[in-house]
Amino acid sequence: MAGAASALFLLDIKGRVLVWRDYRGDVSSVQAEKFFTKLIEKEGDQGSQDPVAYDNGVTYLFVQHNNVYLMTASRQNCNAASLLLFLHRVVDVFKHYFEELEEESLRDNFVVVYELLDEMMDFGYPQYTEAKILSEFIKTDAYRMEVTQRPPMAVTNAVSWRSEGIRYNKNEVFLDVVESVNILVNSNGQIIRSDVVGALKMRTYLSGMPECKLGLNDRVLLEAQGRTTKGKAIDLDDIKFHQCVRLARFENDRTIAFVPPDGSFDLMTYRLSTQVKPLIWVEAQIEKHSRSRMEITVKARSQFKERSTATNVEIEFPVPSDATNPNVRTSMGSASYAPEKDALIWKIKSFPGGKEYMLRAEFTLPSITDEEAPPERKAPIRVKFEIPYFTVSGIQVRYLKIIEKSGYQALPWVRYITMAGEYELRLA
Amino acid sequence: MSGHDSKYFSTTKKGEIPELKEELNSQYKDKRKDAVKKVIAAMTVGKDVSSLFTDVVNCMQTENLELKKLVYLYLINYAKSQPDLAILAVNTFVKDSQDPNPLIRALAVRTMGCIRVDKITEYLCDPLQRCLKVDLILDDDPYVRKTAAICVAKLYDINAELVEDRGFLEALKDLISDNNPMVVANAVAALAEIQENSSRPIFEITSHTLSKLLTALNECTEWGQVFILDALSKYKAADAREAENIVERVTPRLQHANCAVVLSAVKMILQQMELITSTDVVRNLCKKMAPPLVTLLSAEPEIQYVALRNINLIVQRRPTILAHEIKVFFCKYNDPIYVKMEKLEIMIKLASDRNIDQVLLEFKEYATEVDVDFVRKAVRAIGRCAIKLERAAERCISVLLELIKIKVNYVVQEAIIVIKDIFRRYPNTYESIIATLCESLDTLDEPEAKASMIWIIGEYAERIDNADELLESFLESFPEEPAQVQLQLLTATVKLFLKKPTEGPQQMIQVVLNNATVETDNPDLRDRAYIYWRLLSTDPEAAKDVVLAEKPVISDDSNQLDPSLLDELLSNIATLSSVYHKPPEAFVTRVKTTQKTEEDDYADGGEPGYSESPSHAVDSAASPAATSSSAPHAVARQPVPATPAPVPDLLGDLIGLDNDNNGNGAIVPVDILHEGPPLPVVLPASTGQGLQISAQLVRRDGQIFYSLLFENNSQIPLDGFLIQFNKNTFGVAAAGPLQVPQLLPGTSASTLLPMVLFQNIAPGPPNTLLQVAVKNNQQPVWYFNDKLSLLVFFSEDGRMERSAFLETWKSLPDSNEVSKDFPGIVVNSVEATLDQLAVSNMFFIAKRKHANQDVLYLSAKIPRGIPFLIELTAVIGIPGLKCAIKSPSPEMAPLFFEALENLLKS
Repeated sequence: MAGAASALFLLDIKGRVLVWRDYRGDVSSVQAEKFFTKLIEKEGDQGSQDPVAYDNGVTYLFVQHNNVYLMTASRQNCNAASLLLFLHRVVDVFKHYFEELEEESLRDNFVVVYELLDEMMDFGYPQYTEAKILSEFIKTDAYRMEVTQRPPMAVTNAVSWRSEGIRYNKNEVFLDVVESVNILVNSNGQIIRSDVVGALKMRTYLSGMPECKLGLNDRVLLEAQGRTTKGKAIDLDDIKFHQCVRLARFENDRTIAFVPPDGSFDLMTYRLSTQVKPLIWVEAQIEKHSRSRMEITVKARSQFKERSTATNVEIEFPVPSDATNPNVRTSMGSASYAPEKDALIWKIKSFPGGKEYMLRAEFTLPSITDEEAPPERKAPIRVKFEIPYFTVSGIQVRYLKIIEKSGYQALPWVRYITMAGEYELRLA
Repeated sequence: MSGHDSKYFSTTKKGEIPELKEELNSQYKDKRKDAVKKVIAAMTVGKDVSSLFTDVVNCMQTENLELKKLVYLYLINYAKSQPDLAILAVNTFVKDSQDPNPLIRALAVRTMGCIRVDKITEYLCDPLQRCLKVDLILDDDPYVRKTAAICVAKLYDINAELVEDRGFLEALKDLISDNNPMVVANAVAALAEIQENSSRPIFEITSHTLSKLLTALNECTEWGQVFILDALSKYKAADAREAENIVERVTPRLQHANCAVVLSAVKMILQQMELITSTDVVRNLCKKMAPPLVTLLSAEPEIQYVALRNINLIVQRRPTILAHEIKVFFCKYNDPIYVKMEKLEIMIKLASDRNIDQVLLEFKEYATEVDVDFVRKAVRAIGRCAIKLERAAERCISVLLELIKIKVNYVVQEAIIVIKDIFRRYPNTYESIIATLCESLDTLDEPEAKASMIWIIGEYAERIDNADELLESFLESFPEEPAQVQLQLLTATVKLFLKKPTEGPQQMIQVVLNNATVETDNPDLRDRAYIYWRLLSTDPEAAKDVVLAEKPVISDDSNQLDPSLLDELLSNIATLSSVYHKPPEAFVTRVKTTQKTEEDDYADGGEPGYSESPSHAVDSAASPAATSSSAPHAVARQPVPATPAPVPDLLGDLIGLDNDNNGNGAIVPVDILHEGPPLPVVLPASTGQGLQISAQLVRRDGQIFYSLLFENNSQIPLDGFLIQFNKNTFGVAAAGPLQVPQLLPGTSASTLLPMVLFQNIAPGPPNTLLQVAVKNNQQPVWYFNDKLSLLVFFSEDGRMERSAFLETWKSLPDSNEVSKDFPGIVVNSVEATLDQLAVSNMFFIAKRKHANQDVLYLSAKIPRGIPFLIELTAVIGIPGLKCAIKSPSPEMAPLFFEALENLLKS
């Protein structure tokens, strides 16, 4: 099973090598060209644009970020999931260092890039990708000091994500509970899939090595503790934790205990696949008049309690690419035609619960159409929104205990917000 | 934090190399550092700066860590090209490896391991020895130890002998007990890699190491967890209890945010589940694995792709895990096309009578999208569901018909291809839609669709009034058509002629046969045309039997992987092998990396066994093969008649046509009929007054024959051969008269005599005796004894499902189990043995490793549906095979053992 990458390449959009690091001496820089030839071949064949390419004994795994390809070449049966994820982490690390990862920033920092590649991977095995800790001992010119660096304890510690000796005057924790609603409605108006993906996003400004314990209204936990759970507890389908959370402990008694990294991170994500009522429902009627004109009537309805309000609502309604002369009227908000997206975009700043708004639009269509033309791409209606102080799942943070040996008091701040994730309603 | 390194890339007007040389030797530190950066910049853009080797190495002795790293980087790149000069660097390396700063110690060790020059390698040993436990000195910094652990693997790759001589392997094994989890993880990765490249057992996971590693799992970094889980997935638990314990300690990993950790944990759980017998535990585990697998679909698309390829494998082995989750595989509008394609594949696998309506609604939606490949795949998916789910077939067809009505060219073509398969699957059920299909005839322009439509017309010529006109319209362009279409046209015209032997079709067939024999360069087409021609001109009735014979019903191909391949792929979850759906050998070319030149082409194997893009590789092997070749198959299978006709005669006639005047057309050269080793002599010429008979029972295509060879070494012609069989255990008897022509002195004849079973069954315990009597007109009756080998009775339908096997095994009392040792038999390769057994219709079911033994499970079936459950235990390469069988007829066991011994000895 053992398998490692032979080399890691950073290529520009035309396939030229920006930087590459040879880890095992069994490939050469020619691999970059071979990879790119393969990539161009793939572009011709729609169905095979997957992130894995094979050529003459070498497998290329790649991801693209801005105008840069990150690619590993390997000759072994390596762990594809691990390497692809590693490439994404490399992107994160570079972004942490250079603000943005692009051709220019790589060129401007090639010395650090080499240093990082040397530290993050050894002999083709991923080693260490905590950007924050890496930047403690690998620094760019601007931050470089003359004293010799030592590897921070964290690199090899059991707590590999936090350095010791962090100090803040005011100890604070911000916890945002963010839920994204994903919904797919088919052309008959039937909800064919819906789920909620939640994330507990933390920003910690805590001194020392704080031990944190988080309590949620998790039904399994509350029932195990023998508490009554009428209506208040929730069932989470699948929970994923940041590596700082002690998984074995959670498995044992559902306690979420951890030493947090410094700064912002996702403590946990969870998923609920219960049927969710669409928070914002959109219906549309399209009438085409003798091929020259079309009329669209869109109705948007908010299906949540009146005390909540959705903000920054944006409804993207697809229109044919050859439509012209838009004429749009709305009962609320503003709507504009975005030809680059072939869509009508209807923005409503504030959309209280239990309300219904209308939009009417008219377009001119060309009277002559190409009979042979392939069918128009059928895009769905897409909706974006945010509803503060509200969660679909009903998740609640019951407590967040922070214990540090120096005994300071830390202030936890908790916020809740629900937003649209992949929220699609297919048109008939 | 942005740098301005790009200035180092700019070239100056003066000759670059001399200028750099000058700067590298500058007395000012900063200038030297800048110069090294320029050198590295030049190296990065591919310029050859190897001539500056000495000057760069001179900058190595520095306190500045950044500069040191750059020089090291330079060394990694150019040491190979300047091996003699590289020795200059050794002193500094050795010095650095004793530096008080662990960062520098680790850097020196890490870099030295990357310099693949023998001389340097030798010097690496001492520093490495210092880092590792050898000589009881151990670097006190875990950062250095974790680097040293990987360095052992590097060294092993360059010089394995050296590693073993210096005791580094032992030191590495000791690191598994290190108190630092990261050191443990790297040691595991290094050992696993070394094991992979060694034939000796180096890294054997005992229950002791297992428990240590499972503990380390809780503490090491996410990447380290992947190393450990991947290495542990090879561990075979001793029994169900141990397996359950392991699984219990691994399941918390399913909650990890890192997808690679989750997939590796899934791999390990699936491996251990094979051993767990409690259905409750298994059901519970399946339930636990579903949510994490579903969550993988919210990851980055690249990861989703890997996850989907793996889920495809998982649902083949454990369909229950995701049986209720089909909705999560519905495609989202913005999914990349490669993700959509994989989702579709899984949707087909999860489609069931319960969810088919919703699935069809989705497929229909996809079939109207714009991406042609995706649309085609969606249409094909509808067809595959129809073939898979009998009760939903009608609904699938009505969706296909709706799609045909949209009249989008490629949708119509794809629909026709799948409808042809549906006709094959459910004969005489849905032919009423042919008329609708014929309406789209003129829009077909793709070979496969055309071929499918032509097949339909030919197959159902009697139901289509104007079948001849339709076919004729294709005939005009016969010479320009692709081979696939030509072959179908040929067959369809023959069918038409046989069904409607009127003037029109007769003319058509003349044209086609002429075109397909005289005017073509394609040997397949020509051969097939000649066969039809001969058939038609010799015996039109026989031609009918052959061409219009009932076709075997095709089956669903969506669970297409072979069970043993699936096993292997499942043990490789998360790796490339599981993405390609190919065993690692198919794409990993073992390249010894020492003494490598800088040539582009490293791989020695030009043919990696893998040329297509992975997402298509499997499909093209599976579905199109089942579709396009259906008609040729029907023809090819014909020579196996349902009634035991004398096989040699049919062939003989065909061949005999070429040399009619030969006179003895019925005598078929031995080599045509009898492949394999010569038949055993049952009646030697000395006993038979010059007549020698060799004979053996054989099994061909599900039918038992007595293969006989008569050699006339006497002085007189012999004729009037007759054969008779005495009562025997299986009641084997001749199904028809023996067909042997007159044998002139010095000639021979061979024949395959079809046999029937259960005619004259001998009472008493089973034995292998077969007594035969042969007579002819010239000689006395000859009696001889032959042996019945149980192997020929094993039927083709003896393959059992894993579950059925387990059930049968459990349902039979222990008294039905018989075992025997074969000390003389050596199993050298599991694959080869399995192949050998498969030829005799003993079907592989599962394999398990028990300590160093391989345990194989197979099934076989003898007539009257009596199953044999077989367990073979052996150590590869070491003599001694233990065979245990369980069967409702344990009295057959001695016969079985005898047959097995004969088979495996040979």
